[in-house]
Amino acid sequence: MTELSELYQQVILDHNKKPRNFHKLEDADRVSEGYNPLCGDQLTVYVQLDGDVIRDVSFEGSGCAISKAAASMMTQSVKGKTRAEAETLFKEFHGMVTGELDEEGAPNNLGRLKIFAGVREFPARVKCASLSWHTLNAALVGETVTTTENLGPDITSEQVSA
Amino acid sequence: MIATEKMINEPAPATWDVARIREEFPVLGQTVNGRPLVYLDNAASSQVPRVVIERGSRYLQEEHSNIHRGVHYLSQRATTAYEGAREKVRRFINAREAKECIFVRGCTEGINLVMHGYGRKFVGAGDEIVISAMEHHANIVPWQMLCEEKGARLRVIPMNDAGELLLDEYEALLNERTKLVAVMHVSNALGTINPIKEIAARAHKQGIPVLVDGAQGAPHLRIDVQDLDCDFYCISGHKMFAPTGSGVVYGKAEWLEQMNPFLGGGDMIRTVTFEKTTYAGLPNKFEAGTPAIASQIGLGAAIDFLNGIDREAAHAYEQELLAYATEKLSAIEGVRLIGTAREKTGVLAFVIDEVHPHDVGTILDQEGIAIRAGHHCAQPVMKRFNVPATARASFAFYNTKEEADALVGAVQKVIEVFS
Repeated sequence: MTELSELYQQVILDHNKKPRNFHKLEDADRVSEGYNPLCGDQLTVYVQLDGDVIRDVSFEGSGCAISKAAASMMTQSVKGKTRAEAETLFKEFHGMVTGELDEEGAPNNLGRLKIFAGVREFPARVKCASLSWHTLNAALVGETVTTTENLGPDITSEQVSA
Repeated sequence: MIATEKMINEPAPATWDVARIREEFPVLGQTVNGRPLVYLDNAASSQVPRVVIERGSRYLQEEHSNIHRGVHYLSQRATTAYEGAREKVRRFINAREAKECIFVRGCTEGINLVMHGYGRKFVGAGDEIVISAMEHHANIVPWQMLCEEKGARLRVIPMNDAGELLLDEYEALLNERTKLVAVMHVSNALGTINPIKEIAARAHKQGIPVLVDGAQGAPHLRIDVQDLDCDFYCISGHKMFAPTGSGVVYGKAEWLEQMNPFLGGGDMIRTVTFEKTTYAGLPNKFEAGTPAIASQIGLGAAIDFLNGIDREAAHAYEQELLAYATEKLSAIEGVRLIGTAREKTGVLAFVIDEVHPHDVGTILDQEGIAIRAGHHCAQPVMKRFNVPATARASFAFYNTKEEADALVGAVQKVIEVFS
């Protein structure tokens, strides 16, 4: 049960129950919908830019505890960041949950997002954790829809050779 | 080993010997995450008994060759085994002739074959196809593709809150423009057993053919296509203890003869010139290219296996398990069952207040329990019951009451984690 309690940590359960920035952003200038067609999760990410800075960000949608908490904490982490900073964070987060990045060894900006490191022990759930990040990324590059099926497998080289 | 010769009309034993049947399924003996595997995902794919594994293995070791081609020894052995499997299928579903049993990769391919062969020939602009509100995507999407291509219209039989089709509303949908009724025998998402005989009779009164998606029917019910009087019946081997890649679409010969071929290629022709090709007779007309020979021979072995067990006792046992698990699970506060039809197979779909089914699936997996969480390729069903997804435990005759108890215990654990 240690892996399980690592996955469903109190912070994650709390964000699932009371997601932050969980609403429509009326004056958003970037909106993107994200789908995980395999499991039916869907969410919408709203971004309001101020030049190169993410002035505000929010989300709506339905999904599991992991995807909801990840989206909630994603909005908290990127608010006020530049687009470049958000993109770096996205890459680091993705690297962490797919096992490509050692968040304790390699330098990174993940901070409290490290709480999602346990997801990599659950390959079926990697896309749940990364959906909101992929959707944010799509919004920032101006795509209105993204689905996890287009993103290639969220699996590690270790899993491929297994 | 269960004697495959055992006749099905032998007197049923007083009880179903589940311990003995479990020994026939090697995969069930393992541990997952330190717990004995509890396999409750049978509606997605059932496990394979030793006799089927051994039959496939024997084919690959001793008999493999291409079928219908060679005059040599191995090709004849492979052909005999493959056509033998077809005859086993014929008896299993009581088709009139073996040539009415077309081998396909599974139900999805079977339905697509009928869509191309029957639909594209006989359905035109303004015509209607009737499906039901509980269909799997495999019995929705091909018909939508056809409707889009032909300018035809899809009509949907509604269901009640228990997940039962409304037969009067069904009959009211039928008219002179209806070219096909396509319904599932048993719902993968709800467990509902549909009254196919009645549905077919009402369609036939108006001369409308009926296709049955039998993916969830064949593993649990005795199938007699002549008694059901359906025009097409589709089967997926991997849901009835055979390997993936095996399956059958049964069609009445009078329809199959009139239909266009599905895939073009080798083995489905009589003569080919650059000017004109003539097609082979049934069943070859619908079996272009080299098929999944080992898998279909495995399907034949799975049918032998099913003939060797007491299927009435197995069915009664599955019903007992379903009743037991239903009572225990529905007694838990915060759990709601989706699919409560009077006539059901061992499918137990449920939702837990404030907990997403994927989280349920992950926590159960940690307990060694395999269930399906998601929309079950039936998104309209999820919408009908106003849920994004469900968790689904689906039973087979090798599951036990102890496994049902493990499921119930794990569900309670889920509620604790999220409380």
